[in-house]
Amino acid sequence: MRVIRDRNIVSDPVTHLADDDAIPTEGAISVTLARFREELASLSTRSAKTGIRLDGDDNVREAADLIKAADFVAMEFPRYADGRCYSQARILRDQMGYTGELRAVGDVLRDQVFYLRRCGFDTLEIREDQRIEDALAALNDFTVTYQPAADVDQPLFRRS
Amino acid sequence: MYQYTEDDKRIVRERVHQFRDQVARRINGRLAEEHFRPLRLMNGLYLQRYAYMLRVAIPYGLLSSTQLRKLAYIARRYDRGYGHFTTRQNIQYNWPRLREVPDVLSDLADVEMHSIQTSGNCIRNISSDHFAGATADEIEDPRPWCEILRQWSTFHPEFAYLPRKFKIAVSGATTDRAAVPLHDIGLKLVRNDAGEVGFQVFVGGGMGRTPLIAPVIREFLPKEDVLTYCEAILRVYNLYGNRKNKFKARIKILVKSLGVEEMTRRVEGEWEKIRGTGLKLTQEEIDRVSGHFTPPAWDDSAATRDNAVQLAAENEAFGRWYRRNTHAHKVDGYRIVTISLKAADTPPGDATDEQMDLIADLADEFSFGRIRVTHEQNLVLAHVEGGRLFALWQQLDAAKLATPNVGTLTDMICCPGLDFCDLANAGSIGVAQAITEHFDDIDYLYDLGELKLKMSGCINACGHHHAGHIGILGINKAGEEYYQIMLGGSAADDASLGKWLGPAIEKSAVTGAIEKLLDTYVAERDEGERFLDTYRRIGPKPFKAAVYA
Repeated sequence: MRVIRDRNIVSDPVTHLADDDAIPTEGAISVTLARFREELASLSTRSAKTGIRLDGDDNVREAADLIKAADFVAMEFPRYADGRCYSQARILRDQMGYTGELRAVGDVLRDQVFYLRRCGFDTLEIREDQRIEDALAALNDFTVTYQPAADVDQPLFRRS
Repeated sequence: MYQYTEDDKRIVRERVHQFRDQVARRINGRLAEEHFRPLRLMNGLYLQRYAYMLRVAIPYGLLSSTQLRKLAYIARRYDRGYGHFTTRQNIQYNWPRLREVPDVLSDLADVEMHSIQTSGNCIRNISSDHFAGATADEIEDPRPWCEILRQWSTFHPEFAYLPRKFKIAVSGATTDRAAVPLHDIGLKLVRNDAGEVGFQVFVGGGMGRTPLIAPVIREFLPKEDVLTYCEAILRVYNLYGNRKNKFKARIKILVKSLGVEEMTRRVEGEWEKIRGTGLKLTQEEIDRVSGHFTPPAWDDSAATRDNAVQLAAENEAFGRWYRRNTHAHKVDGYRIVTISLKAADTPPGDATDEQMDLIADLADEFSFGRIRVTHEQNLVLAHVEGGRLFALWQQLDAAKLATPNVGTLTDMICCPGLDFCDLANAGSIGVAQAITEHFDDIDYLYDLGELKLKMSGCINACGHHHAGHIGILGINKAGEEYYQIMLGGSAADDASLGKWLGPAIEKSAVTGAIEKLLDTYVAERDEGERFLDTYRRIGPKPFKAAVYA
């Protein structure tokens, strides 16, 4: 699986497990917040990369301790129009000081990547039917931004 | 008015480039309509009943003459020679061709205009008082704040996929001309006990299916905190707004379901976390933007040449126009002129390319080259010398732009309806024209006094029918157009929502029903009482009895 990380296309496969899928011993996985909480003890013995997966219904602030125990955070977009995780991401980056991997998964399309990256997603799993090269190019759609966000901590009016 | 910096220009240019690419992908089939839809909507491009419709932003309703000429050019070059000014101070073109829309956006960018976020579930064009900077009742000019909010909301990365659209209005005067409590966020400049100017913050108003008047969630917000506070409101809405049912997705429903107290608690809690961040405004930035809105060079001696009152007494037609279509200005010797786009034979809010060109020229000649668009779908020249009103009136009159009906029954708000809109149930424009033709006795209209007639062709309420003294809503009953009447709404300082009068009536009965309402008013009114006041005093019963007799 190829993903966009920062401004590059890299191979970084992750299996996003449903709650009734078996946990494999090998390979990077993500599990839901609820499962991560329940199976924390066994998951923490895995040597392969193990992430916690949140969606818009989860409260990122309440998951702070679990996030510390995870190798990465994935946020799931069930539909591209569900914008809750943009706010979750900003809270995670700006307010909780999270500096690890933040991965956008699900209905992630070329035309969202610019905003996703600004909100702090450093890893983007582009939906399979989309050309990942186009999505990479879309990161450069705009070269000026007004707002402070996860990528620049000052608004345009405070930058010199 | 605000002049773009190099950064502002670049952002708009890059948007044109991005959209050109999206349109190319749509035309060559690489982008399906399903995925093109949200992208075109964020550029104000709708697929309507017969064609695409492009909605161009007019930030806070302010235009330069150069910009208005460009709007005229676009109407001529890419459309059918006219544009429609809307209740959100924007302009809509009804017949652009998809492949040419990127060129339209490029032409707009040449004059520092765009269609960014005029649709879609994002923060829309910021609206304001069309008399800003020109009236004596103003605490402070709201437009610098609108511009500051425009920049903050443009491509805000966190708020591009909200539960639903989001509308902000800012007013700086003690008289509300911007319908502040009928917006998702309403910001009203106020002075506190210490004499400082800040914002009173309303959240959760709106029309549509569930009309609500917004409660105040903060009585006084220091000015430099306006962006952090709005960001906190938007974040709470983005996280907790209803995403399952689009008819319950506006922030007003969230405020209603949480209650004002809980909503306030959440907003203030979020704000505490971000109020000290870099998003807090600097005095330097406030000054920079405010510096673009300095008053025009009024002539101190204008009052000595002001013969308008005298001419109004001598010339009946000019007098009518002077009394109805001009308004007191804060500087002696000046008047604010409203250009009525409610002539008898044109749809409310429409202007031809020739009219737009003429108005641009008149703005240069008479009003410092600036034009405003009102939410009542008229245009305004805000700074005209009293001594030059007669000359202005003559030119407007020759172009059918001086119908002396501002504030009267025929100065009605009306949505595009079935003639254009894909959502509409009813041909509201046709009904508006029937009403205008029927009530053509100007003396009768004056005798009726201030009367706000607002008409929507469907439940989405683009024609603000809930806020009309008389509101009319078109509905579809088994394939037939029917109309419901509501009375008692207002978008002014006495904001209220209208109440249904009774069962819907046939299209052909609408004009007659209005006549009965007006007859009832004339029979029942006390001296000096407006229709709305009489209705509020005597209630719906006599009106209902007259219409449904």
